Amino acid sequence: MSALARAITGWSLIRAFTVLVYLFMFLPVAVVVLLAFNANQFGSFPMEGFSVRWFAALWNNDAIVRAFKTSVLLGGLTAVLSTTIGVLASLALVRYDFRGKGLITTAMIAPILVPEVVLAVALLLFLRWLEMPKSFLLLLLGHVIFTLPFVVLIVQARLVAVRREFEEAALSLGANGFQTFREVTLPLIMPAVFAGMIFAFTISFDDITGTLFWKPGGVETVPTQIFAMLRHSISPEINALGAVMVVVTVAVPLLGAAIARRMATTLK
Amino acid sequence: MSDRQPVVELREVVKRYGNFTAVQPIDLSVEAGAFVTLLGPSGCGKTTTLRMVAGLAAPTAGDILIKGARVNDVPIHKRNLGIVFQNYALFPHKSVFDNVAFGLKYRKVANPEIAKRVQRALDLVQLPQMAERLPNQLSGGQQQRIALARAIVVEPDVLLLDEPLSALDANLREEMRVELKKIQHQLGIATIFVTHDQSEALAMSDKIIVMNQGRIEQQGSPEEVYTRPRSEFVARFLGNSNLLDGRVLGRADGLLRLAVGGLGDILAEPDGVLEAGDGASLRLVVRAEKLRLAASPTPEADVTNLAGRIETVDYQGQSARYFVTVGAHSLQVINPIDQRPHAEGAEVSVQVRARDIVLLQPE
Ligand SMILES: Nc1ncnc2c1ncn2[C@@H]1O[C@H](COP(=O)(O)OP(=O)(O)OP(=O)(O)O)[C@@H](O)[C@H]1O
Ligand SMILES: [Mg+2]
Repeated sequence: MSALARAITGWSLIRAFTVLVYLFMFLPVAVVVLLAFNANQFGSFPMEGFSVRWFAALWNNDAIVRAFKTSVLLGGLTAVLSTTIGVLASLALVRYDFRGKGLITTAMIAPILVPEVVLAVALLLFLRWLEMPKSFLLLLLGHVIFTLPFVVLIVQARLVAVRREFEEAALSLGANGFQTFREVTLPLIMPAVFAGMIFAFTISFDDITGTLFWKPGGVETVPTQIFAMLRHSISPEINALGAVMVVVTVAVPLLGAAIARRMATTLK
Repeated sequence: MSDRQPVVELREVVKRYGNFTAVQPIDLSVEAGAFVTLLGPSGCGKTTTLRMVAGLAAPTAGDILIKGARVNDVPIHKRNLGIVFQNYALFPHKSVFDNVAFGLKYRKVANPEIAKRVQRALDLVQLPQMAERLPNQLSGGQQQRIALARAIVVEPDVLLLDEPLSALDANLREEMRVELKKIQHQLGIATIFVTHDQSEALAMSDKIIVMNQGRIEQQGSPEEVYTRPRSEFVARFLGNSNLLDGRVLGRADGLLRLAVGGLGDILAEPDGVLEAGDGASLRLVVRAEKLRLAASPTPEADVTNLAGRIETVDYQGQSARYFVTVGAHSLQVINPIDQRPHAEGAEVSVQVRARDIVLLQPE
């Protein structure tokens, strides 16, 4: 066997291929982030000077600032609602036996399995049937439905691992159901609750398909704002906005994961 | 004691899961300060019974009373219990202090008083320095003690223990067994203890309740249950027994003479309860340690001498276990070792005193 043939083993091929796939996926993102700092109006390589002027332009663009605020508000509310409902649903599904449990589980997980467009249209048709206009509330509802399965799956997995005896011990010591939840169950599932919340926020923050269907006229989130701007031209501002999006959707989960890990180590 | 009201009482309590009956109608009572053990093989319904007392499972039928009041519909957190779980179930996110203080918080005890009582409980379980630690910084035995402290600090009406020692290794188990019994006795808390370990049950209990397939086979003091088993199951479950079938031949000097097929005649003291006319078939239970091996027969009138041959010797330190062939039977014998154990293959006299034979109605 020659030296070359020995070097090209199956594993090294797989490694090389993996690197290529990741390059294909992340190179465009890197280019966007890089070009966001380009001084030139017409973003192209080689870059001509470093500048943050496009970020400044973002800051001064009312439409974008408004979209950003909407996204943060929507993401925040979605996270809070989804997590609250998700935790309660998980408790019911894991700790209690009742009729129709399987059906409810399926219904709650379904939004992950159904294509987002179908879900978006369905909710819209439902609204039409109720003869209600589109509103921010509908948008919020859509995002909650869409992010709920993630929260439920994460929290359920954790709850199954929390032994029933902890709760039984608390009850036997005189704590009622709610006190037991607050003092024992919730702290023990907190890392999962937190992770679910981060998930819900991030998914809501960069969702575009459903949002395009559900948003009332005049309301834009960051993704729909980018989408709208793209229709006119590719401006460097979009690169800057893209860079901000990347930072938010990467930094929030990373930060969240770090905090969740901290919490988990104090528990275990 | 007899005229005092029992702390816990079960009346005709049944538990069914679907059409499987985990607990048949059972009656039992726990007197004030008593240490009562539910003993039985795996799956016999011990945990289920304990959980019904705790309020963690609802009985299908029957009444559960604590201090004379029916508690079937009282939720667990209002029953004033102390439970020690098999895996301790210490709250992993709370310090030892907060674990032990947990029950006091919900009894509206003032903070300085909580601190005092927690400290007293920690002193009692001999871990006064551990208040600041988290449960995962404790050894298994220490966790066990903290779990006990957490359960007793609230001064419960009943202490419920579900195999609390089974997660410990053998030496620690022995030590905790003594400790637990000492603390229970000192505080005088009525206690229900669940185990499938007969030596634990015999060593710790005031009363043993032997369960089998959801039913109570026998209850009584350890000595009673051990020396006077009232069913074959109890005889087999506690200690090492030889079981033989006999037929009554007649009576002489207040003793029954029984013919045991393939073995010979045996003298037994008649059991007052049993109806045993001539020709009646009876089951004989002979404890392995009640059979005595000797070089030659003894002339005592109430002792049966049988000629046997030692098949195997199992050396156990202070005592030895033998399998001895007598006629068509192989009998298990456990005897203390005098100087050296009997030799394998030796011809011996196997002796048993009439009062050491337990007679049962054949099943
Ligand atoms: N939730 C349940 N649903 C159905 N059957 C059950 C349930 N809990 C217990 N059982 C059954 O009831 C019987 C008694 O169970 P239990 O846990 O009381 O046994 P145990 O005496 O404590 O045994 P072990 O020594 O193994 O702990 C078992 O056959 C068990 O399978
Ligand atoms: Mg059990």
